[in-house]
Amino acid sequence: MPQNYTAALGEAVRARDLVMLGLTGGRFGLRRASATERARVDDALRRVGAQDYADRRMSELSGGQQQRVAIAQAIVDDAELLLLDEPLANLDLRNQHEVVTLLGELTRERRVTVMVVAHDLNPLLPVLTDAVYLLDGHPHHDPIDAVVTEDLLTHLYGTPVRVVRTAQGDLFTRGG
Amino acid sequence: MVTFQENWLQVLQTTFMQHALLGGSMVALAAGLMGWFVVTRQNAFAAHALAHIGFPGATGAILVGAPVTLGLAVFCVGGGLLIGLFGKRVADREVATGTILAFATGLGVLFASLATANASSTTTVLFGNLLAISRDQLWVFGGFTVLVVGVLAVIARPLVFASVDPTVAEARGVPVRALGVAFVVLLALTITMAVQVVGTLLLFALVVTPAAAALRMTARPGLVAAIAVAIALGSVWFGLVLSAMVNLPPSFFVTTLAVLTWAVTLLLTWDRVPRETPAPVLDAPQLVPDRSR
Repeated sequence: MPQNYTAALGEAVRARDLVMLGLTGGRFGLRRASATERARVDDALRRVGAQDYADRRMSELSGGQQQRVAIAQAIVDDAELLLLDEPLANLDLRNQHEVVTLLGELTRERRVTVMVVAHDLNPLLPVLTDAVYLLDGHPHHDPIDAVVTEDLLTHLYGTPVRVVRTAQGDLFTRGG
Repeated sequence: MVTFQENWLQVLQTTFMQHALLGGSMVALAAGLMGWFVVTRQNAFAAHALAHIGFPGATGAILVGAPVTLGLAVFCVGGGLLIGLFGKRVADREVATGTILAFATGLGVLFASLATANASSTTTVLFGNLLAISRDQLWVFGGFTVLVVGVLAVIARPLVFASVDPTVAEARGVPVRALGVAFVVLLALTITMAVQVVGTLLLFALVVTPAAAALRMTARPGLVAAIAVAIALGSVWFGLVLSAMVNLPPSFFVTTLAVLTWAVTLLLTWDRVPRETPAPVLDAPQLVPDRSR
C-alpha cells in the first residue's frame, strides 16, 4: 500500500478499478473480469466502508477515503499479511482513528496479519500487539507492552520519551 | 488562396486519398489506445520528444538513401530506450528527455543540410503529409498497428497496474521495468507512424489530446480507450474531408479537430475538475519576516 496517489494517476482510475487491479492486475492477456471477481471487489470495498464512493475517481477522494480504497485493494485477494507503509500519513485525527479501527477489525475478524511502518506510535497503540524494531543495528521482536517503556523508547529514538497511562487505561508516548 | 473545391467527392476517391484514409485510420487506432498510458504515466513530454528524436532519423535516412520509416523507427525506438534508462524520477527524466531532444534536433538539421534535402522534404518530416503515403508505407503501417494493438492487448492489464500504482504492482510481482521498456517501444512505433501523418511538431494532437479529452468524459478504462480512438479517427477522417474540400494540408485540420474536441470537452466538464482547494490557513501567511522575535 503506497503512501499516497499523485493527482495524475488518481484522475485516471476509479476506486473500483484500483481494487480490481489488486485481483487481476498481474494477469496478462485480455479477459473481462468475471462476476465472481466483481463480487469480490464489491465485498472488499464494503469491508472497508468504501462502497459509497466506489465509482468515484481516486483524485476526487479525501486522504482517508483513498487509504480505505488502498486497504481494500490489499485485502481483495484474501491476503494473510498486509504490509502498510505509513498508513496514517497525511490523515487528520478522525481519519486516523477510522483507519486504525479498520486495521483492528481486520486483524481480529479476518485473521489478517498487519505489519505497519509508522513514525508515530500513539494513534496505533490501541491495536498494536507486537513490535519489530532495530536496536543498535540488530532487529528485535517483542510484545508491544515490552516495547512501550520509557527506557527502551528513549534509547530507540535517541531523545527522552515518556510513557503515560491515562485514567482510562490508554497508553501514549510523548517526547521530552 | 482558400477556395472551395467543387470536386471534393472525386478527390476523396483518388488513390492518394484512399491511402491517406487507411493510413490515418491505423495511426488513429494505435495512437488513441496508447494515449491513456501516455497521459497516466506522465509521458506526454517524452512522447513529444520522441517525435523530435525521429527528425534526425528521417533526415538521416534521406541522407543515406534509406526508407524514411526505417530511419524514424530506429531513432524513435533508440531514443525511447535511452530516455527509459534515465531513472524513474520524473525530474531526472524531464531533464534527460529535453537534452536528448535538443541534441537530436541539432543532428536532424545537420543531416538535412548534408543531404541537401530540399525544404519541402524537411517540411514533410516536421509537419507530416498524409497525402504522400505510399502503398509500401501502408504495409509497414499495417504491421506496426497489428503489433501495437496485439502487444497492448496482451500486456494491457499489468501495464495499467504498473502505470497507476508502480510500487504496489512491483510488490505483487508485476514486471514493472520490463513493461516500461515494452511500452516505450510500442510508443516509438506509434510515433513513427504518427509523425508521417501529422509530423513531428503536431504529433501531440493525435497521441495525447484524444486520450486527455476522453479521460475528462469518463474514468472507465475501456470506455476511455474507445472514446480516444473515436476522437482520433474522427479527427483524421473529417480532417481529410475538409482538406479535400478546400485543398489545404490535412495536418492542420486533423490537429485542429482534435484540439477543438478537447477544448469543448474541457469546457463542458469544467465543473467536474477536481481543483486543488488549499487547506484553510489558520495563521495568515507572513510575507514580511517577523523581526520582533
